[in-house]
Amino acid sequence: MWLLCFCNPILVIRCRNILLHTVEMKLLTHNMLTSHVKGVTKGYPLNIKATEVKVNEVDFNAQFVTRMIPKLEWGPLIQAAEVLGHSQDLPSTLIPNYENDEDFLRKVHRILLEVEVIEGSLQCPESGREFPISKGVPNMLLNEDE
Amino acid sequence: MALHCGRACRTYLLHLAHDNVDFRLPEIKALLSLRSRPFETSDTFREKSPFWQLNGLLEDDIRSVMSRTVCAKSAFELWGHGKTQSELKTSLLEYPPENMAPYLQQNLTYKINVYTFNKTLDFKDRIKKIDALDFLPFEGKVNLKDTDHIFCLLEDYGCDPNNIPEEPLHIYFGRWLADGQRELIRSYSVKKRHFIGNTSMDAGLSFIMANHAGVKADDLVYDPFVGTGSLLVACSHFGAYVSGTDIDYNTIHGIGKASRKNQKWRGPDENIRANLRQYGTESLYVDVLVSDASQTIWRKNALFDAIVTDPPYGIRESTRRTGSNKDIIRPPDDFAGESYVPVSMAYHLSDIFADLLNFSAHHLVLGGRLVYWLPVYKPEYCEEMVPLHPCLTLISNCEQTLSSHTSRRLITMEKTKEPEDSDQVVHLADPRFSSYQGHNSFREKYFSGLTKKNGRESKPPQKNE
Repeated sequence: MWLLCFCNPILVIRCRNILLHTVEMKLLTHNMLTSHVKGVTKGYPLNIKATEVKVNEVDFNAQFVTRMIPKLEWGPLIQAAEVLGHSQDLPSTLIPNYENDEDFLRKVHRILLEVEVIEGSLQCPESGREFPISKGVPNMLLNEDE
Repeated sequence: MALHCGRACRTYLLHLAHDNVDFRLPEIKALLSLRSRPFETSDTFREKSPFWQLNGLLEDDIRSVMSRTVCAKSAFELWGHGKTQSELKTSLLEYPPENMAPYLQQNLTYKINVYTFNKTLDFKDRIKKIDALDFLPFEGKVNLKDTDHIFCLLEDYGCDPNNIPEEPLHIYFGRWLADGQRELIRSYSVKKRHFIGNTSMDAGLSFIMANHAGVKADDLVYDPFVGTGSLLVACSHFGAYVSGTDIDYNTIHGIGKASRKNQKWRGPDENIRANLRQYGTESLYVDVLVSDASQTIWRKNALFDAIVTDPPYGIRESTRRTGSNKDIIRPPDDFAGESYVPVSMAYHLSDIFADLLNFSAHHLVLGGRLVYWLPVYKPEYCEEMVPLHPCLTLISNCEQTLSSHTSRRLITMEKTKEPEDSDQVVHLADPRFSSYQGHNSFREKYFSGLTKKNGRESKPPQKNE
């Protein structure tokens, strides 16, 4: 593909588009994912091994973040954000009355929707099985014997 | 009439489009229930009619419905109606003058449109009909271009194009309030969409599904058979955050053969996120994953506000799940770019639906809705074939005909109870709660029907497996 890019100027532009608009996995998704490897009793949370992380700005929506917070597993979310180096100094336990704390909601918004993993993997904490993340898309498929 | 609105409550008239007739009532009901309003109508209500009267509502309720509906064309505040011209006149004269007055004042401009259903009128006849309304106390000036208020005379000549009566069966007159969202069917057409596949859902039905599901702003919506994300596009248009999974690695990554006629391979950046970007809703994109819908990858208590999906029937897209070597149907030779290759095997239709209902019971919020398509072989269909779940209440079941012997039904269910261990027992006892085996043979029946037909048409069906 790169060879083609060098030969053909139209293709060069197309290749740049791929780089500008990759798809990434968000921590909101990571927070809800669990390992389904057979026989595993504690498959949550998955360990993130990221080789490429990006912060991608997304419109802030206080309403949505407020609605999501009670549905989240708070500890694993903060842990995951720390692993990626984007914890935003958020506390390890959820604060009360966060509904009206815009500064807090903005930080949660950032780690839920803006910090994204492009390349890396998600690892089952018990079996060690890794689910690869390629171009931002986690592949959760298992082999027939898993 | 409901007590809550007293004098402010008026009768409203909906003018509905005459396609997707089966889907209209559940759509309007779902949109009303988003505002906790009931569907109240007149004694003469006929579902197949293009004109419906709604009672017990406020103007804001109607405006809210019209901001979402793709089934209704326009809405009016109904001032009078009747079977004949004189009945209409009597009815209009009975309408409280104080309700009319604010719209008929001297400083306001107005125009009157004439709309006829199942008949075309000459310009001359239209003018005659407008002139016949001169008993109404209009004080303002007529302005056809930039008018303050629009009024409409609507005439219903029945639904039989081969038997059009001389005089209308029913006449309505009212003040125009708002148009529906029919325009979305054109502006979201898959023809102009960046990334599509062989089975991308058409825009109109995608919006109908999002409406049946009662999807609203700030919801989290999930599609377990996401494909090219047509349903996510519709849901995100209404402000919902969207996510999905699909077993097909190539579709999710937007690689492989293109579905467009004049394009051989998919171009770069053909993916679901690019589709949302095309319609300005990229900020509502959460994630799309490669995963097998028969395996649960979501933790307990991971909750979605709605699940909207079009499961594969094995007609144009194969039904697949990962499984053991013993029952290999075929090696996944189209599977590219990964270090390991799971074996895919046939995923029985009845299992798809049992898994989908069970998943929804566990992963929907209470009051959240599941909307999905159920393929049926028409000669054998009966209502008892629709799968049930003790935690899900059936809301609606609408048919779309696919061929002389097959159709698909859009099923809407609402989660009304949290799952308990005892539900498992109920599940086993009642055959409707367990997977219905009849769906498994849908594929064979579909193709057997086609083979018979092809005796005449000679064009073989495309079998994409």
